[in-house]
Amino acid sequence: MTMTTDLPQDLAEREAIAPEPGYWDPVRHVLLDRWSTRIAFVVVILFILAAAFAPWLAPYDPLRQSIVSINKLPSWDHWLGTDQFGRDVMSRMIHGSRNSLIFGLLAPIFAAFFGTILGVTAGYFGGWADRVISRVIDLLMAFPELLLAILIAAALGGSFWNIVVVLTVAFTPGFARVARASTLAVKQEPYVEAAIAAGVRTPLIIFRHIVPNIMAPIVVLMTLWSASSIRIEATLSFLGIGTQPPNPSWGNIIRDGLTNMFATQWPIVAGGMAITIVVLAISIIGDSVRDVLDPENAQ
Amino acid sequence: MTLLLDVQNLVVEFGPVRNPVRVVNGISFTVQAGESVGIVGESGSGKSMTALSILRLVNEPPARVSGKVLFQGRDLMQIPKRDMPAVRGKEIGMIFQEPMSSLNPVMTIGDQIDEAIFLHEDLSKAARRQRVIDLLRLVGMPDPENRLSAYPDQFSGGMRQRVMAAMAMACNPKLLIADEPTTALDVTIQAQVLAMMLDIRTRLNSAILLITHDLGVVAEICDRVVVMYAGHIMEDAGVHELFANARHPYTQGLLKSVPTLNDTRKRLHQIPGTVPPAGTIKQGCPFRPRCPMRMDRCAVEMPPLVAHGPAHRAACWATQPEGVA
Repeated sequence: MTMTTDLPQDLAEREAIAPEPGYWDPVRHVLLDRWSTRIAFVVVILFILAAAFAPWLAPYDPLRQSIVSINKLPSWDHWLGTDQFGRDVMSRMIHGSRNSLIFGLLAPIFAAFFGTILGVTAGYFGGWADRVISRVIDLLMAFPELLLAILIAAALGGSFWNIVVVLTVAFTPGFARVARASTLAVKQEPYVEAAIAAGVRTPLIIFRHIVPNIMAPIVVLMTLWSASSIRIEATLSFLGIGTQPPNPSWGNIIRDGLTNMFATQWPIVAGGMAITIVVLAISIIGDSVRDVLDPENAQ
Repeated sequence: MTLLLDVQNLVVEFGPVRNPVRVVNGISFTVQAGESVGIVGESGSGKSMTALSILRLVNEPPARVSGKVLFQGRDLMQIPKRDMPAVRGKEIGMIFQEPMSSLNPVMTIGDQIDEAIFLHEDLSKAARRQRVIDLLRLVGMPDPENRLSAYPDQFSGGMRQRVMAAMAMACNPKLLIADEPTTALDVTIQAQVLAMMLDIRTRLNSAILLITHDLGVVAEICDRVVVMYAGHIMEDAGVHELFANARHPYTQGLLKSVPTLNDTRKRLHQIPGTVPPAGTIKQGCPFRPRCPMRMDRCAVEMPPLVAHGPAHRAACWATQPEGVA
C-alpha cells in the first residue's frame, strides 16, 4: 500500500461538491411540484388575505341587523344573500374566516411547542419522566380529539383563548407521541454519540442535535392538524360552545343557517363550502409537505 | 516517553449481578504519549466496549463498569459525571466507525467542527473559523474555505471520515481513539484515511488508540498491538515483534489467516469454530475450545499475561517461557 497525504488532483475534482441546496429549495418543492398543491396554496393565501383585510373587504358590518332585508337571496347588493336577522352573509363569512383560520394556525403551533417539549423530555431522558408523560399522553389519547375538545369547552366556556387552550390540549398528545418516538430513534444515531464524545452537554445535545432532526414529522403534523383544527373549531361553534354569537365564525354561521334553513340555504352552503375548500387545500399542502420531508421519498 | 493512558483491571459487565455477562474481563494496558496502539480482535471481543469505557460512554445501567482508567494520572472512573464533557473532545478525541451516520445531517460541517472548539476553547468567532479551516486542511479536505457551509450529505464516505477526524482533532487532544475508522470505507479510501491519521499524529504528536479487526491496518500505523479475545487480552507486543514472533496460538492463527501476495497455499488457514458468545466461558481460557495447543490446565485456569520479552506479554499456558509457573 503506498500512501500519499496530499490528495491527487483528480480526486479533488471527483469529490467536487454537489450544488448546495438553498434554504428555500424544499419550500419550492412543496409548493411547485404539483398542480394540485399550487392551486391549494393559492386558495389558502386568498383565504388568509381575506381574513387579514376583512374590515376593508367586507361590504357591510357583519353584526348590523336590518329588519327590512331578512332572508334575501343573493343579489348584487348581497352576494350571498342575508340571514334571518338581515345581516349580510358575505360580510359575516369574511369576518368569520378570521375566527376560523386563527385557530387553524394557533392551536397546532402551541400544540407542537408543548408536545415537542414533552415528547423530547420523555424520549431523551426515559425512566420515570417517560413513564409519567407517556401515561398522561395515553390518558388524553384515549379520548377522541373532538370529544376532549367538547369536554373542555363545555367546562370552561367558549371564549377565544378557551378554544385555543381546548384545541392545544386536544392536539398536544399527538405531537408528544410523535416527538417521543422520533427522539428515541434519533438518540440512537451515531452523530448523537459522536457529539457526546466531543464533549457536548445534554441541553445542547437536545437543542442542536435532537430537536432539528425530529422537526420534519412535527411540521408535517402541524400542517395536517391545522386542517383538523379548523374543522374542530367549526364543529364546536356549530354546537354552540365555540365562537360565541353574534361574533361570526364559519361554524356558527352554519348553526344559525340551520335554524333558518327553509327560508334561505345560502348561509349553510357558504359556510360548508368555505370549510370544505380550506380544509381540503390545507390537507393537499400537508400531503406535499409530508412527501418532501419524508426521508423515504428523498430524491 | 511518559505514560498517557493506564487502564487497570477494566471490567464491563451486563445482566444480573450474581451471574453477570462479562464483555470486558479485567483488562490492563497502557498508552504512552505520542504512541499509537492498536486493539485487535474479532467482533464481540470487547474492543469497542473498551474504547467507549475510556470516555465513559457506556450506558450505566444497564452496563456496570469498574476498574481504573488513569489518564495523565487522573482516574476518569472516579471524577464526577458532569466533569466528563470537559475531558471528551478536549483531552481525548474519538472517531467513530460509521462515517455515513456520525455527522448530524442538519448541521453544516463547519458548525459541527466548530461546536467542539466553541465548547472547549475561548476563541473569537473569526479565530474559530480559521481553526476549522486549518483543521479541514490538516485532514486533506480540498478547498476548505468553501466547504464550511456544506452539509454532510454532500460528501462521500471518505470525506465524511475526514470531517469526523477534524472534529475529533479540533482541540488537539492528547489521545485520539479511533473505533474502526476504516471499516466502512473501500481500500483506496482506507489508505488515504490511514495516511491522514499518520500525518495528524506526526504533526500534532497525539497518541492514537486504534480499534480494528484488520491486521493490515495495524501494520500500517501502530507501534504496538493489543490482541483481545472474548474480553481478555491475549497478547500485547510491539508491532514488529508481534508479526515476527507471536506467542499466543490465537495471534498465530490470525496471522496465518492473512493472505500474502506470494501465497502458495490452496486454502487459507482458518481457526476452527467461532468466537464464543460474550460471557459464556466463565472458567479457564476462552480460546481453549479452538486452540491447537490446549492443555488440561487451560480448562481450569485463565493464564496470566506473562512477559515474553522486554515489551511483549502473552497469556498462554502452552507457550509461556520456562520458569514461570
